[in-house]
Amino acid sequence: MNQHLPTNRAETAFEDFKLPLLRDAAMVEANRCLFCSDAPCINACPTHIDIPQFIRKISTDNVHGSAKTIFESNILGMSCARVCPVEVLCVGACVYNELEQPPIAIGKLQRYATDIAFAEGWKFFEAGKDTGKRVALIGAGPACLAAAHELRRLGHACTIFERKETIGGLNASGVAPYKMKAERALVEADWVLSIGGIEVRTGVTVGEQVSLASLEQDFDAVFVGAGLGADSALGIPGEDLAGVHGAVSWIEAMKLGTIDLSKVRHAVVIGGGNTAVDASRELRGLGVHSVTMLYRGVQDNMSGYAHEWSAAFSKGATAQWQAVATACTGTGHVQHVQCVRVDTNKNPVAGTEFTLPADLVLMAIGQAKLGRMLEAMPGIRVDRGRIMVDANGYTGRPGWYAGGDCTNGGKEVVNAAAEGKIAAHAIDAAVMGDMGRMNDNRTAASKNDRTGGASHA
Amino acid sequence: MPDLSTNTGGIQSPNPFWLASAPPANSGRQIQRAFEAGWGGAVWKTLGVPIQNVSSRFAGHTIRGVQAAGFSNIELITDRPLETNLREITETKKLFPKNPIIVSLMVETEVEWREIIKKSIDAGADGLELNFGCPHGMCERGMGSAVGQEPAINERITGWAVKYSTVPVLVKLTPNVGNIVPHGLAARRGGAHGVSLINTIKSIVGVDIDRFIPLPRVGNMSTNGGYCGAAVKPIALHMVAALAREKQFGLPISGIGGISNWRDAVEFILLGSSTVQVATEVMLRGYNIVEDMTDGLQEYMRTHGFDRIDQMVGKAIPAYTEWGDLDMNYETVAKIDADKCIGCQLCVAACHDGAHQCIHPQQDTRVPHVDEAECVGCNLCQIVCPVPECITMAPVDNGHSPASWNEFSHEGKPLRPKKGAH
Repeated sequence: MNQHLPTNRAETAFEDFKLPLLRDAAMVEANRCLFCSDAPCINACPTHIDIPQFIRKISTDNVHGSAKTIFESNILGMSCARVCPVEVLCVGACVYNELEQPPIAIGKLQRYATDIAFAEGWKFFEAGKDTGKRVALIGAGPACLAAAHELRRLGHACTIFERKETIGGLNASGVAPYKMKAERALVEADWVLSIGGIEVRTGVTVGEQVSLASLEQDFDAVFVGAGLGADSALGIPGEDLAGVHGAVSWIEAMKLGTIDLSKVRHAVVIGGGNTAVDASRELRGLGVHSVTMLYRGVQDNMSGYAHEWSAAFSKGATAQWQAVATACTGTGHVQHVQCVRVDTNKNPVAGTEFTLPADLVLMAIGQAKLGRMLEAMPGIRVDRGRIMVDANGYTGRPGWYAGGDCTNGGKEVVNAAAEGKIAAHAIDAAVMGDMGRMNDNRTAASKNDRTGGASHA
Repeated sequence: MPDLSTNTGGIQSPNPFWLASAPPANSGRQIQRAFEAGWGGAVWKTLGVPIQNVSSRFAGHTIRGVQAAGFSNIELITDRPLETNLREITETKKLFPKNPIIVSLMVETEVEWREIIKKSIDAGADGLELNFGCPHGMCERGMGSAVGQEPAINERITGWAVKYSTVPVLVKLTPNVGNIVPHGLAARRGGAHGVSLINTIKSIVGVDIDRFIPLPRVGNMSTNGGYCGAAVKPIALHMVAALAREKQFGLPISGIGGISNWRDAVEFILLGSSTVQVATEVMLRGYNIVEDMTDGLQEYMRTHGFDRIDQMVGKAIPAYTEWGDLDMNYETVAKIDADKCIGCQLCVAACHDGAHQCIHPQQDTRVPHVDEAECVGCNLCQIVCPVPECITMAPVDNGHSPASWNEFSHEGKPLRPKKGAH
């Protein structure tokens, strides 16, 4: 895939928030790692990367082996090193926290090893021996990329259907630019696809250009990793005014193209999740004078991570807690957001109305769930738009599997990577006609024999 | 305030910290700066027939990220003209009359020894140190460790030095021998006033794995060097103690080998050294380390009730014995403090893979369980535990009277049942 992004994208204004480690610093940090037995950090990682092992390899200057350990568990380890909320995953589980010493900078060390792997052009995996089986994947985000790569290691041909022209999913279009910029996600996607045997069809919407029935007919299995849909609307008056946008689509425009903030002095972001927090910090970073996050709950209950809000706050974003928007007002273009305070039951408190000036309003209150597109398929259960799957990503309809945001409702890249990989093995077991194999260690070993092992790049 | 002054074989020093004969004691200006920083004495880098050195002389041994935890050198004795060194000895003595300068010497013939000893003493040497230890370069020319490894030659040359010297003579011993005691006794028979040990250990510190050349690399070749630095301390402590506990020896000892701080110095003193010599740590960090050494030692003495260094010298020697005299019935088991444990389980891996498989992970907590009935009290878990005082080795009152292996073998004293031997 040769994809070209404009060079004057708005996101290029941002520097990396967490600076990369140079070799000496990486060695010092790696040598601090205790190499715990049954290490808590491994269990905290959805992809169960053997973190002590990859860190020990950094400490001995075995960067090739270190990167291989990372990618063996998580083929998206390069982007995850940048975008994972390590504070609540591996780093949060580091035993040094118990010792009241700084935990190991696992994300930075993972970035160190994986960046070198990319810079050196190392390839670790080869496609497995061709099985003659074909798998369709809906979406080109982290879940599908991880699933397709694993399926290729197992020897199955893959075809990805992506409705957009850009692959990489939210990794390209949604990640906060001070963590990772879009081109890095595209480089990673190309690197994943370089295993070969993965056809990517962009600009194709399943259900429109390609029917579900034809997928079922033409492929041995289907993996749905379609992510989430359009930003949800609040349903208040004035939401159709110019200057009112969905946060996810605004972030995508900022990351993949140019945006004009020259007339924006005041911005209001509605919501309390990580998208709202990211958007607030991004607006401040792009020079917007005042950015107010409007959240209906108390600060302790926001779903956005405390460490992310604290960073946004330190960049000058402010918040109105326990407040909701009742209307956007203005002539043609939004000028104000009418607000009211709410009690702990989220009921408006009379007499607490207030008005915020706003040249830009971003709605960050969630995204449409795409599961409905599968509701016509008997056997697939969809609950409020989420596709219901078992622990292996199986939907209940033979041949149909799913993972990532469309099943978990919107989690991290690393969750999508883990779910895609798990589903790939379930698909392999099913299409190879060995349903009992999933829980059998002996055959799991023989299954590994079939995967394309480490190449000698 | 405890008194740090000390006496080694008649050489008085305001404190026990001397620069060892090495690059930090190469010139007058260096030693003067060292004395200004607080060093008690200095052993001037070995005088002899001036040599020429190679480029690339040192190499460090990095151990789990600690740079130069061990250190190696292939530098020889002084490469400066003898007259320059002698003149600077005189100048330095004038500036620092209370700080002893011990001049290290290495020549071949009796005539050479006589002449260089006279010149050194005329220049102002407070003592001499005979370099019978250098394990690289000089030994190939029949000097250094080539002398130190032959007790008869050691005794003969020591005898010459003592005969021609009017100041105390210390013999610097090489560790590159199977048993240090005969070499210390040879120095004593030769009439030495004391010994200093250890010199460096013959070694190859590493290999350049891209060029296939050992380290330090000189062009396309290398040679064996002398290993020193913090990593050699245990070897040095043993050799110092082996002489200190030898009843026929009885000479003062100037301890050398991996001393990096006051704590190391205390250990050498407790095992029989009355002065300690330092080189590598000064090479790595500079002369100012002596400030921590002196006030750390002083505070140790104050809190442990010592007024003078000589009260400390050899204090741990009575507790150094043969394995056969250890109490076999003394029993300890590991205890993990659950409140301090951080759940790293390094002890589990260490015990399972490296010891006796008695520390086990538990279901509902990260704090491991010690099966005390199986614990042999080896200390490995305590050694790997990253949390201070989390694991303690607790003595067990097992009801058995003390009994050593020798008492068991010769007198039939009963031993407790073995643990972990199934």
